[in-house]
Amino acid sequence: MSEATDSAPTHGAGRRWSWTDPKLRSAVIQIALGLLLLFLLWAFYSNAVANLARQGIASGFGFLDNRAGFAISQTLIPYNEDMSYGRAFLVGLLNTLLVAVLGIILATILGFLMGIARLSKNVVIQALASAYVEVTRNLPPLFQILFWYLAVLAALPGPRQSWGFGLQPLFGAIGNGLNAIGLGVIGGPIGAFAAGLGAPSVFVNNRGLVVPRFFMESGGTLLLAAIAAGIVIAVLFSRFAKKRREATGQIYPVFWIGLAIIVGLPLLVSAAMGFPIGVERPQLRGFNFSGGVTVIPEFVALLLALVIYTAGFIAEIVRAGILAVSKGQSEAAHSLGLRNGPTLRLVVIPQALRVIVPPLTSQYLNLTKNSSLGVAVGYPDLFSVFAGSTLNQTGQAIEIIAMTMAVYLTISILTSALMGWYNKRVALVER
Amino acid sequence: MAKISAGSAPFDPFVAAQVLGPEAPPISERGTFAYLRGHLFGSVPQVLLTLFGAWLVYVTIPPMIQFFITDAVWSGTNREACLPDKVGRAVGACWPFIWAKFDQLVYGFYPAAERWRVNIVYALGAVLLLPLLIQSLPYKRLNAIAFFGVYPVVAFILLTGGDMEPKGFLLSWLGLGGLFSGFPAVGGLQLGFWADYILSAILVTALAAFVCRAVAGPEAMRPAIRSTLVTFAVLAAVLFAADIDLGLAPVETRLWGGLLVTLVIAVTGITVSLPFGILLALGRRSNLPLVKIASIAFIEFWRGVPLITVLFFATYMLPLFLPGRLTIDGLLRALVGVALFASAYMAEVVRGGLQAIPKGQYEGAMAVGLRSSLMMRLVVLPQALKLVIPGIVNNFIGLFKDTTLVLIVSIFDLLGAMRAAFTDPNWATPTTLFTGFGFAGIVYFVFCFGMSRYSMALERRLDRARRH
Repeated sequence: MSEATDSAPTHGAGRRWSWTDPKLRSAVIQIALGLLLLFLLWAFYSNAVANLARQGIASGFGFLDNRAGFAISQTLIPYNEDMSYGRAFLVGLLNTLLVAVLGIILATILGFLMGIARLSKNVVIQALASAYVEVTRNLPPLFQILFWYLAVLAALPGPRQSWGFGLQPLFGAIGNGLNAIGLGVIGGPIGAFAAGLGAPSVFVNNRGLVVPRFFMESGGTLLLAAIAAGIVIAVLFSRFAKKRREATGQIYPVFWIGLAIIVGLPLLVSAAMGFPIGVERPQLRGFNFSGGVTVIPEFVALLLALVIYTAGFIAEIVRAGILAVSKGQSEAAHSLGLRNGPTLRLVVIPQALRVIVPPLTSQYLNLTKNSSLGVAVGYPDLFSVFAGSTLNQTGQAIEIIAMTMAVYLTISILTSALMGWYNKRVALVER
Repeated sequence: MAKISAGSAPFDPFVAAQVLGPEAPPISERGTFAYLRGHLFGSVPQVLLTLFGAWLVYVTIPPMIQFFITDAVWSGTNREACLPDKVGRAVGACWPFIWAKFDQLVYGFYPAAERWRVNIVYALGAVLLLPLLIQSLPYKRLNAIAFFGVYPVVAFILLTGGDMEPKGFLLSWLGLGGLFSGFPAVGGLQLGFWADYILSAILVTALAAFVCRAVAGPEAMRPAIRSTLVTFAVLAAVLFAADIDLGLAPVETRLWGGLLVTLVIAVTGITVSLPFGILLALGRRSNLPLVKIASIAFIEFWRGVPLITVLFFATYMLPLFLPGRLTIDGLLRALVGVALFASAYMAEVVRGGLQAIPKGQYEGAMAVGLRSSLMMRLVVLPQALKLVIPGIVNNFIGLFKDTTLVLIVSIFDLLGAMRAAFTDPNWATPTTLFTGFGFAGIVYFVFCFGMSRYSMALERRLDRARRH
């Protein structure tokens, strides 16, 4: 201590270097860290070069143009075995995005429902929602994927005994149920009505989910244009309505009018053109279905597990968000004369969103990252196609794993940027 | 103002002698009826919801009880016991399948004669962990050192068998290995390695003393020598324990499996990620640009990629980055991946705690003259870590669930062992899958639910302590 006080006043050329000098200390630490990082990089690089040379693996991304030679069970873009690894990469990436986007949408809906159900006054609903949240959050996602795939979907009947979903089985079941409890008076006609309906067109069996395929006939582009125009008009109308409300206080039912425009305009156009949408219904031929679109069971299992798992977390986030809005807010809204619906929509939810959005973002990221678990059941996502099949065939570990990681990193960064932008919009503006 | 005197008032004023209690709520708002109306049958939608909920309960709970308990088969030696045709009734869960595979699910293929070692590790872990979790028990610091410092070493030696035979230390690595090649091994101890170790320790200490003297002056020499020697002594104790031959048969890690692997990965992940996470969190809040950037890059990178890619990185890419003569055990590779991943997540949890400490605490510590390392160690970290204990437990739950992913890199944890057990034709029955998933689900649920309840209780307790 005494030395420090001695040396402190002597600023100048003769000053001795001191560890207590923050500038010097920070320089030394940073130089040491920099050297360590450089050394690690150099060591990794030189080791990698030596190891690759020893194993006879050529590095570089040239392999992306080589023939892949393996089939992929679900392709959103045309693909066959003769196409390149690069094409397989794209197919895998699209499959990942498909399951991630669908999963995020469905998990958000289910999660919000469950979160609100947990706050319900109805004790039965509340208890059920709590049980759902506790069970799904405490079982590992991989466990859930394997459970749906191995235990549930594999135990479904084969194609010939598929479960059909549609109005006919629904009314049939209702009719049978009513007959069974002695209400044959109502059950009979319903059963007869069900028999008169067309055969169901959605089937579930152990080879997946079979749904009808929709396709555009001539004039389909006009229909698409009508949908786009409907959306544009609805947006313009909502802006006009907002301006009008701010100027005069007059309120339009924006939602219903917007919905009418978005749905009605394309409907009118297609009616005018004689409904240019074709439907190809799946039909049982021999031992399997022909026609329609078959959704592979791997996809169904992965999507189910991801949605159910993530919705448990979202439910808790939503519940916490709504609870974070103080009771005085809704009481004030009620005393202003707002009914339950507008109170929720205009007062509670906008404030709850501020609490909900940041953790919701990380759940979306988790879902996207967890979609890579599809490899355990063979869903051909980016990870399974690229870090699985392609890595096995080419052995280009460094390039392939680096590319896979880079893609997930990019998706993560993009999602958090998007949600950050949304969060800024809903965040409290402090004055 | 008129004067009012007692007795002259034209009327007797009423004065309440005590505060009146609240009146009971109206009859429509209390009692069973009001409860039923408020919570079950208030309106038509309420009634429908209640009926729907009751229907859901009816279609889920009784069949599950029937499957797992009343219809279940409880004893048997092979699949015959669980086939409906042979038993002559509807068959639920096939529990004999679990009994038959129980050892495999708990120990993997760990040799039967050596399983007492695993049992000791389990028991020791429970004995050390339980007092750590109960807040009111004393000696927390000692207990934490025992659990996070000593227990991993003991567990490592017991599980692997110890006697690691290290080849060489720093000097050998620098190319001077020839100096020590002539030394014999005594009682499992590699004398050549230890000669190398002691020489290296002396040289490194001298170097540290010299550098500190040059940079910070002679008064910095003594603490530098002391801390270097202490580090070497602790490392020597660990290495000595790992090197000495205790007569335990070595067990390769590829024989490990089941719950053992699940717990090894989870506990290693948490013990390694805690110190690294704290360092990374401090680095992220550092004023030094390079330290800050390096920490942010590390944390965001590992948090941005799925754990599977990290495991693949550790399994396929890491061996390429290391010197060719170094072969790493498969389980160790997975552990490295899990540790990297968990550290990044832990760093964010700890950072939350650091951010919650008010600026006044930092300023107060500086005002009493603490340097930054002491300020962190004595003032900030104790408060910050206490704040984030629930977060750390939640992290641990996530890590515990994530251990299942190692089955994708062919390491058989509990779920992997279960999946392997499904393939046994001796137990192929229609209900084997559901039984297995039911059992594994119960195990995971008990662990995770227990931990989350513990974390919530802790949170309430800390919250209460803070409010005082």
